[in-house]
Amino acid sequence: MTSVPDTDAAGRVLSADGTPLKQSLNRALRRQKLRALALIAPLLIFVLVSFVAPILDMLFRSVENQLISDNLPQTVVILEDWDPNSGELPSEAVFEAFAGDLQIAISKKVHTRIGSRLNYEKPGISSLFRKAGRQVKKWDIPNDGPYKEKFADLNKGFADIEVWRTIKTYSGAYTNGYFLNSIDMQKGADGAEARPENEQIYITLFIRTLIMSLAITSLCILLGYPVAWILANLPSRTANLLMILVLLPFWTSLLVRTSAWKVMLQDQGVVNEVLVWIGLVADDSRLALINNQTGTIIAMTHILLPFMILPLYSVMQTISPTYLRAAKSLGATDWTAFWRVYFPQSIPGIGAGSILVFILSIGYYITPELVGGTKGVFISNRIAFHILSSLNWGLAAALGTILLVVVMALYWAYDKIVGIDNVKLG
Amino acid sequence: MADSDQGGAFVEFDRVQKSYDGENLVVKDLNLSLPKGEFLTMLGPSGSGKTTCLMMLAGFETATNGDIRLDGQPINNIPPHKRGIGMVFQNYALFPHMTVAENLSFPLEVRKMGKSEREAKVKHVLELVQMGEFGGRRPSQLSGGQQQRIALARALVFEAELVLMDEPLGALDKQLRETMQFEIKRIADDLGITVVYVTHDQTEALTMSDRVAVFEDGRIQQLAPPDELYESPQNSFVAQFIGENNTLEGTVKEIKNGIALVQLDGGGLIDCKPVNVTKAGERTRVSIRPERVEFDKTRLHADAHTLKAEVLEFIYMGDIFRTRLRVAGQDDFIIKSRNAPDQVRLEPGSEIEIGWLAEDCRALDA
Amino acid sequence: MTFTRTLLATSALVAVGGTAFADGHMASDMTLVSWGGAYQNSQQKAYVEPYIAMNEGVTAVWDESSAEAVAKLRAMNEAGNITWDLVDVVAADAIRLCDEGLAMEINPDEDLADAPDGTKASVDFGDLIVSDCFIPQIVYSTTMGYRTDLVGDTAPTSVCAVFDTEAYPGKRSLEKRPINNMEWALICDGVAKDDVYSVLETAEGQERALAKLDTIKDDVIWWSAGADTPQLLADGEVVMGSTYNGRFFSLIEEQKQPVAMLWDAQVFDLDGWIIPAGLPADRLARVKDFVKFATDTQRLADQSKYISYGPARLSSAPLVGKHADLGIDMAPHMPTDPANATNTFLYNYEFWADYRDDIDAKFQAWLAK
Repeated sequence: MTSVPDTDAAGRVLSADGTPLKQSLNRALRRQKLRALALIAPLLIFVLVSFVAPILDMLFRSVENQLISDNLPQTVVILEDWDPNSGELPSEAVFEAFAGDLQIAISKKVHTRIGSRLNYEKPGISSLFRKAGRQVKKWDIPNDGPYKEKFADLNKGFADIEVWRTIKTYSGAYTNGYFLNSIDMQKGADGAEARPENEQIYITLFIRTLIMSLAITSLCILLGYPVAWILANLPSRTANLLMILVLLPFWTSLLVRTSAWKVMLQDQGVVNEVLVWIGLVADDSRLALINNQTGTIIAMTHILLPFMILPLYSVMQTISPTYLRAAKSLGATDWTAFWRVYFPQSIPGIGAGSILVFILSIGYYITPELVGGTKGVFISNRIAFHILSSLNWGLAAALGTILLVVVMALYWAYDKIVGIDNVKLG
Repeated sequence: MADSDQGGAFVEFDRVQKSYDGENLVVKDLNLSLPKGEFLTMLGPSGSGKTTCLMMLAGFETATNGDIRLDGQPINNIPPHKRGIGMVFQNYALFPHMTVAENLSFPLEVRKMGKSEREAKVKHVLELVQMGEFGGRRPSQLSGGQQQRIALARALVFEAELVLMDEPLGALDKQLRETMQFEIKRIADDLGITVVYVTHDQTEALTMSDRVAVFEDGRIQQLAPPDELYESPQNSFVAQFIGENNTLEGTVKEIKNGIALVQLDGGGLIDCKPVNVTKAGERTRVSIRPERVEFDKTRLHADAHTLKAEVLEFIYMGDIFRTRLRVAGQDDFIIKSRNAPDQVRLEPGSEIEIGWLAEDCRALDA
Repeated sequence: MTFTRTLLATSALVAVGGTAFADGHMASDMTLVSWGGAYQNSQQKAYVEPYIAMNEGVTAVWDESSAEAVAKLRAMNEAGNITWDLVDVVAADAIRLCDEGLAMEINPDEDLADAPDGTKASVDFGDLIVSDCFIPQIVYSTTMGYRTDLVGDTAPTSVCAVFDTEAYPGKRSLEKRPINNMEWALICDGVAKDDVYSVLETAEGQERALAKLDTIKDDVIWWSAGADTPQLLADGEVVMGSTYNGRFFSLIEEQKQPVAMLWDAQVFDLDGWIIPAGLPADRLARVKDFVKFATDTQRLADQSKYISYGPARLSSAPLVGKHADLGIDMAPHMPTDPANATNTFLYNYEFWADYRDDIDAKFQAWLAK
């Protein structure tokens, strides 16, 4: 019996049957890896389909602009030679190509979609294309030109240089227009420029969303910490019972909750009535607690509080009461024992709760819409508007992408400052 | 000690009672006093009230009735952080978010001690527990024994005169536990501190203590130095609890010349030392240590009573032999004999006669 | 490869089957999309129940998704799986869906029933067919109501009272969108009714409307759900506010709140059906059959028994009767009733289709300031 394994000519260690040991090890491991992969495959596929794919789709939509180049192919090519700053309309060749492209688009019923797409950039184009559709399909192309006049007769909009500038600006298959729009800019005659002040809204909303989400998170910490502490220090039977109360907001429908907030917070609501009755507030200067930022902060804190309490509670449960006793036996007052010994150990719970609450609140839109009035709405409300109502999904995707990037940047900053391994759900 | 008018008592429990629910007493009428520098162990099964006593002394529980005095001053109403008592907890309770040095520095910081003084003391105490290198580590990076040393150091660093230890070695393996027993004892003796030590491990109690208080049912059953406890248990609980023990039940036939003659229930007469029995006719439980049983007739008094026994089992345990016998109808009678060159190995199935010195057989309460 | 071939074969079979079924075979299940609440209930009572009574074995399921119908239809279309058969939407959404190719174009004279006197559907509905895909159902209006006990001695008679915070102090509620509010602002700023949209087309006109709204900005609670204003009025949170006329009807006539409504400058809007583009033949046949029935003269008139919205057919107007539960004569509560329609506005679909996104951006920016 020798303790030195056999080796081959190249000096590789061999296994008992003469194959190189590395190779048989790899073979053995590969089988394990394959089995592991097969086990996680359903989850992996689920995550890819339901999470990664939509995000990639969103990223793609935020720059995608193929509708125009696909459906006005000849126009777009010829339009390249036209200088929008020349002060003149494009040449007859462009109009003839446009007539041809448009006729095909009409037969495919996509001309109104092109109109809607361009209408996001310049109001009026939507009806221009819709109305043109009814006439242009009757034209005999290329025999009844010249088309420049024919289009001008059809609608004076086609004789507007700005319309053609818009078509040219958005003729590429990809555009940064949605992103520019998302940060209150637009594609002007000379590249990117700021939007007129009376149309600037997104930057304000992004900042407001971040500040208010931070406020909500802080409030959740302040309110949730003592509650979690009490829960963690009660006998588990009582704690479980009280936990139901903490989770109660999840069980009530949004409409019931909204009505409840209104009953509580409005001018003639319970809170104001009580304050007036005990004389803290004059009858003619009741507090505005709803339909503003206060309303959003109160309502969102109420909804999101459990997301703070639960991780805090489960982290606090793991902190043995012996630590506090030890601190006291070492001479620390109650406060010092809490602040130097207990609190630092509960920070992972605060971290986990804060990340949950902050990320959830950044994406909330229904509650701010219902109780936020005008000053208490978030960026997500605009995203929802563009998804549900204006159908400007490209802009919604760009706004969503920026939000995603902001969240990831904050996450990165959190990791740098606090450390992400210092986050615990229990 | 001379300055104390409590007769040298440094720590004193005076008729202390404790109840959690207002119906049952966990601690019943506890009286205990220990002088400065004593190493006292509270020993008892779980639920016997020993930990409650320790917690009352530390200030985490309040006595329902009675006084606890420290250096002559009643401390019932002094909060724990003002008592200046060092404490070592069962699972060490080292603060996981602090390094070893920070842990040790903590009690000094809360006493508003200057930085350089703190560092010097921390360094000193680390050396005391032979952990000088480990100041920068986190508790989680230490082994159980190392954590134990740090916990001990932390209870010592602020120079407490009284240190409480709540089963501090419970989480260690046997070998490490034995090392630490000596270590703790050494340090306590070197520093001259008073230690109240709680454990349910009798070996630990016997090895380390100046005196041992055996707790059961909320009372101290016996308070005595280890040797006295082992050799002269005052009642059958202590006899059972401390060390291995054979018990036989019977009735006192007569007491004469300080020797009680006991008629065993399973048949046979034996000589005993009357401890808790005073007159003939009383029921008693007699206790004989396995190593004090003799089966070599030449080593007994000629007129000593003996019992017939049947060897059931012989176990070779290295340093000793352990033999199980059937005696007076009971088949759990154990004898231990030293593995000496001339020692007899009893054959299972053989019939022998056993006996003992009357003073080794204690007739206790039934 | 085999798998793909099998799949192709199967789909071919399905396709063949589909065309075979098309001759007369109709699906027996329909998924109808509406707004929920009292309005959907009126559709159930007036259209669906009689239809099912006539066609045994047919079932109809409601999906209360009209508010998100445009987005959901687009998503379904992209996924290639249309699960809805008939969708109730406001006219503006119908235009958008039609533009996006998500709704099917219809031929009114072929797909819809003639009036009892033989008038063609295209004539009977008239101008209300505002899109090639739109099947009008009701005329409703957005109008103003007020608390009778909070407006003092002189009750408001004009929509401009909403801008008069001196005569009528207190909060007012307006919808959180530019539509209607911009028109009212211009009218009350002195623009003639016929010029409103040409003024609103210009940047200056939009500024002017927002400037007028700015005078009451601090007094406005902005609503986004139709139930908000009735609730705010009932709670005394606002002295006046805008909402749909049907909401006022139930607030005043059913709940007997101290509220009165104005018909002045009411803005007419339309609600109706669209059929999603790309339905399979059997489902399309079923839904066409249903729509023809549900939009005939009698059925549209029947709906007004349950809710105070006007039927979209001219020929239905004389058939409007009494409320099914309250027994009130419904004709005077119709926005289209001649007595109510002395000063009305018809929502300009073409204009808002073009300018909605642009003006909305400005409106939201103004709100956020």
